Amino acid sequence: MPGYADPGFDTLALHAGAAPDPSTGARAVPIHLTTSFVFESSDHAAALFNLERAGHVYSRISNPTNAVFEQRMAALEGGIGAIAVASGQAALHLSIATLMGAGSHIVASTALYGGSQNLLHYTLRRFGIETTFVKPGDIDGWKAAVRPNTKLFFGETVGNPGLDVLDIPTVAQIAHEAQVPLLVDSTLTTPYLIKPFEHGADLVYHSATKFLSGHGTVIGGVVVDAGSFDWDASGKYPELTEPYDGFHGMTFSEESTVGAFLLRARREGLRDFGACLSPHSAWLILQGLETLPLRMERHMSNTERVVQFLASHPLVGRVGHPLLESHPSHALAQKLLRHGARGAGSVFSFDIQGRREQGKAFIEALKIFSHLANVGDCRSLVIHPASTTHFRMSDEALAGAGIGPGTIRLSIGLEDPDDLIDDLKRALKAAEKAGA
Amino acid sequence: MTMYLQVNGAKTYCYTGGKPFDPAKPTVVFIHGVLNDHSVWILQSRYLAHHGFNVLAVDLPGHCRSEGEAPSTVEEAADFIGALLDAAGVQQAALVGHSWGSLIAMEAAARLKDRVTHAVLVGTAFPMKVSSALIEASLNAPEKALTMVNVFSRATLCAPPSALGPGTWVYGAGMALGRRVLRSNPKVNVFHRGFVACDRYAGGEAAMAALTCPVLFLLGGQDQMTHPKAAQGLIKAAQAAGQKVKVVSLPVGHHQMTEAPDPTLFAIRDFLGT
Repeated sequence: MPGYADPGFDTLALHAGAAPDPSTGARAVPIHLTTSFVFESSDHAAALFNLERAGHVYSRISNPTNAVFEQRMAALEGGIGAIAVASGQAALHLSIATLMGAGSHIVASTALYGGSQNLLHYTLRRFGIETTFVKPGDIDGWKAAVRPNTKLFFGETVGNPGLDVLDIPTVAQIAHEAQVPLLVDSTLTTPYLIKPFEHGADLVYHSATKFLSGHGTVIGGVVVDAGSFDWDASGKYPELTEPYDGFHGMTFSEESTVGAFLLRARREGLRDFGACLSPHSAWLILQGLETLPLRMERHMSNTERVVQFLASHPLVGRVGHPLLESHPSHALAQKLLRHGARGAGSVFSFDIQGRREQGKAFIEALKIFSHLANVGDCRSLVIHPASTTHFRMSDEALAGAGIGPGTIRLSIGLEDPDDLIDDLKRALKAAEKAGA
Repeated sequence: MTMYLQVNGAKTYCYTGGKPFDPAKPTVVFIHGVLNDHSVWILQSRYLAHHGFNVLAVDLPGHCRSEGEAPSTVEEAADFIGALLDAAGVQQAALVGHSWGSLIAMEAAARLKDRVTHAVLVGTAFPMKVSSALIEASLNAPEKALTMVNVFSRATLCAPPSALGPGTWVYGAGMALGRRVLRSNPKVNVFHRGFVACDRYAGGEAAMAALTCPVLFLLGGQDQMTHPKAAQGLIKAAQAAGQKVKVVSLPVGHHQMTEAPDPTLFAIRDFLGT
């Protein structure tokens, strides 16, 4: 596709990484459901194993369908390449495991998805990797948390549960002064709403389960490398800059000046940890990616309508979306996100004024919103943390986690916005009655 | 397998393809283009290193891992190649160059005479004129110029598995490498200096007439940076001088090594085997 300018986002969402299949003419991306790929000769086999030639060997390491997804995500994020994995959690684990081992340290935002909190706070500690948590807006806190063995800074573009927007340029600068990269979870924003690399992040990952696939049908993840971090200059990553006995004595930063992370992540991480993505799942995610720009526009406009409705309802005490000027991240969202505060995503929480039972009554009265533990579906979703994910916690403990007894989390889908608002109106009425 | 040589008093990096340098084997020197480094040759150089050749994929002076003054002219860079062979203790070598590197390989082959066994010119043209707008942008708006060059260099949105293996986005990789190479030299804008060297080089036809080795022209049929038509003069000059000439055209853009890694490798391998 020779041209005179970089292809635009919508074009890349449809075409990056794929062309009509040369052997069949198939226009859509074929699903290559095969474990392995035939070698042309013994020499071809040896050359593939030794990275003298590029190609597919075994679908745990790479697969043509997955490669389309990987190229497309790298294109949309502005990276050099990507690795598809089994889930967003697998993407986070692969990123960390590629960069460090026991005795290392991470500085992470407190505003993280619960699964990421668990991995850092409990599981990785068992493997000798410690994490210091810092409130995302506490700039001095990020600086103070750095230790000699710090290997990574980590945060979410728009954090859980309060939609705190990460000041990526500032945090990236602190990370780079400490000679470490910044890894960002951009699941809730997708590259349509922010491209973290343009603001200084070095690595980005997604739970593709959410908006990227967009239809609540598949579990998957992906990590993308900007190719911007200089591992040699940092001097803190012998995993990438010194010969690796586990792979032909290869020095990854010598093989690729900008792609050492991806080389090791695929050649060690996928090979040894094995959290690969099924090609069928990759195909489902690609189907979603092709309409990502259209869907994200509708997610945003529906969210705007719902936020306005909730903010003016007398039973609603707080709406936690940066669209509102009262939100602590409003100004940062306006500055960093591609569509300003509108682009802070369609997953947010609000508080019903009242008791825990009123929250339950609200949930049970909803007819369009589905009550389940996921976000980023084309359908609108809802969950009441105090009666589900956090039901064992006292009201005091909930408050410590930023969750009230009446806190409701919504994920706004693609339905008619008037229907969503009617559904919420009816449920708020039910909550009101339950509190009478 | 890190290898540093002292060339003209400067520490010079050469990638050896994952094998130790062995003076008993035939040597192939890979020469990169403007705002590139050794890593653009990884697949081709690593393969040859494991198939009977010494490989010296060099970072030109003042680029990435190599110290020294970045060359201002093709002739200066050609002399560096001669000094590199001396430093490595190599009497004879094949030279493989891409874009600006192809001009350097051609000029070096002309100067070094029978010390050069083969010349492989990938994505070449003569004259290699660079528009004044692009030269100006490379100096004053390098990110803009890099974007232009990167777009002109690519012919596909779906390159096959490439230098980093499957999942590589060659557009992004080109941008990231360009930025890294530019940043690697805080004293000299090697982007601008390289383009000026390409633009001003006037010795192409004379160099071609002086060659004493066979020449492979490895061209990209959709190359917008060095259009195949712009190589025809050199091809005719080589034929007129009685050189053994081979022309291979691949249906790709300017970055043959990443858009068609295997056909590029096979063309070089087969030519070196002749």
